[in-house]
Amino acid sequence: MIGNYIESIERGADTIVITGSCGPCRFGFYGLMQEDILRGLGYDVDIIVIDALREGHRDFIKNVRKVTKANNIFDIYRSAKLALKLIKRADNLTQKFNYTRAYAVDKDKVNGIMDDYLDKAVKVHGASELIELIDKTEGILSAVKLHKDYDPIKIGIIGEIYTIIEPFANFEVERRLGELGVLVEKSLTPTRWLEQHVINYPFGSKDENLKYKLAKPYLETPVGGHGRETIGSAIHYKNRGYDGAIQILPLNCMPEIVAKSILKNVSRDLDFPIMTLVVDEMTGEAGYVTRLEAFVDLVSKRREKRSIG
Amino acid sequence: MVNYYMGIDVGSVSTNIVLIDEENNLVYKRYLRTQGKPLVILQDGIREVAEELGHSNIAGVGTTGSGRYLASVLIGADVVKNEITCHAIAALDYNPETRTVLEIGGQDSKIIIIRDGIVVDFAMNTVCAAGTGSFLDRQALRLGMDISEFGNIALNSKNPVRIAGRCAVFAESDMIHKQQLGHNQEDIVSGLCNALVRNYLSNVAKGKDLQPVILFQGGVAANKGIRKAFEDQLGQKIHVPTHYDVMGAIGAAILSKEVVKDRGESRFKGFDIYKRDYRVSPIDCNGCSNICEILEIREDDKILARYGDKCGKWSL
Repeated sequence: MIGNYIESIERGADTIVITGSCGPCRFGFYGLMQEDILRGLGYDVDIIVIDALREGHRDFIKNVRKVTKANNIFDIYRSAKLALKLIKRADNLTQKFNYTRAYAVDKDKVNGIMDDYLDKAVKVHGASELIELIDKTEGILSAVKLHKDYDPIKIGIIGEIYTIIEPFANFEVERRLGELGVLVEKSLTPTRWLEQHVINYPFGSKDENLKYKLAKPYLETPVGGHGRETIGSAIHYKNRGYDGAIQILPLNCMPEIVAKSILKNVSRDLDFPIMTLVVDEMTGEAGYVTRLEAFVDLVSKRREKRSIG
Repeated sequence: MVNYYMGIDVGSVSTNIVLIDEENNLVYKRYLRTQGKPLVILQDGIREVAEELGHSNIAGVGTTGSGRYLASVLIGADVVKNEITCHAIAALDYNPETRTVLEIGGQDSKIIIIRDGIVVDFAMNTVCAAGTGSFLDRQALRLGMDISEFGNIALNSKNPVRIAGRCAVFAESDMIHKQQLGHNQEDIVSGLCNALVRNYLSNVAKGKDLQPVILFQGGVAANKGIRKAFEDQLGQKIHVPTHYDVMGAIGAAILSKEVVKDRGESRFKGFDIYKRDYRVSPIDCNGCSNICEILEIREDDKILARYGDKCGKWSL
């Protein structure tokens, strides 16, 4: 995460916004610790830690004001609405990439379009230019030639939100699986997180609440991080007809370790293949690729067998 | 001319080359040490095959192991497959009733759970090499014995000592401690075998249902001490296939046969490849903050492949 910050600072960011939490996961510490590290490295930026609404309304509003530089509630509302729209559009586009890559005749072409988009996305200024870029990219993607009558293997990526949305941390799991012709979806995205914790506060979004309900027979209470969501997501993917799920486990993340041991039972009870991939600072990708390929082999053989017998 | 299928397993410690016939019988096998020079060793291996069986027709080639993509670029493989699938295929070919495969190689160990002839679950060791062949190699060296003698010595033990097997570093200091206390060498060796198996069963095989028939493959399967430790701790009979040390390569060869059958012809570049000059040069890309290490492979003056980049701009 520090890497992400430094990248942004070098590109001109002067404020860092991070969410906080007082939950059982050590995440609540991150903001303060990262501030300390960044100061130590000599970066002079404003760091704003936004705690969840339930942990104090007054601070929340103060911080949001600071971030948005807005003075009245309507300005805040307008900025929030715009930010949300951008996040949603960007998340939708990422999933469209996943979809197109799975079906595409030429997977490299899809990767090329994506690289081009990511390259341009950091160069555009302001919301309207970004939306224009997303519109254009969606258009290019729609023109990619797809395999008709192709029925891809479907795999859900589950785990803690940061690890599953940051391609550098998860060895580009979405791209790699897509190249193998697999349709991938992530269980958590910034959009889903916002729907759960901000937009529908304090009730939560329908989808995420469903995951809690599904996880209940295995885990009744939150264990911090996204441990409970991981279990619920696995069951949710099974119910949606997916062929398997892959848990991305950042080494020494406590909630995900709890989830990992429970996922074994979920997998057995529901007859649903789930693999856990442990990621840490090791950059040797060979073992990682081997596991992904073997898992895709396993899942497709299972499907073949089911369709015959 | 007879048709043979070639399987190549380029692992971290060994590079194996096998040839099988149409009935999956093994006609040639070569076990070479990779020694960190996969390209050179592979060329040597191919030369040896050519000298012995150069007159035969190679109808298909499959590669596996952590160096499978590199090998495929060099040789022109028809199928490039991960080790898990290859080991499972070879195990099922040896015994269709197989339900568990234990595989311990030089630097990694795996378990494959098979039911009704398909892989239903698998696991590989993660960030620790305590349960693998390199660990045994190192300890044999410390004890001043040949690794091929290791297993037989272990079998002579009547009172194996207990050695902490959780971590290679601690196992070593624990072993030294037991040596200083004056334990017999065979008891220490046997204790090491037990420690390795305990480690494997509680890490790699954790939570898995190990049902018979159980096959034990990989280089370490040669070690009778380990074999016995598995039998003692599992209370099951452990079967070691005849060609336990090259099962991955056999699996790749079998797969290539199937692929070529569908495609009609092989992409094999011919035995001449050992005569050509291959060079690998690393490139550090500074195009962005990922700073990828790119490898470029040249055949004479032609660039064969480049890989290692995250963005694809170096790909051909």
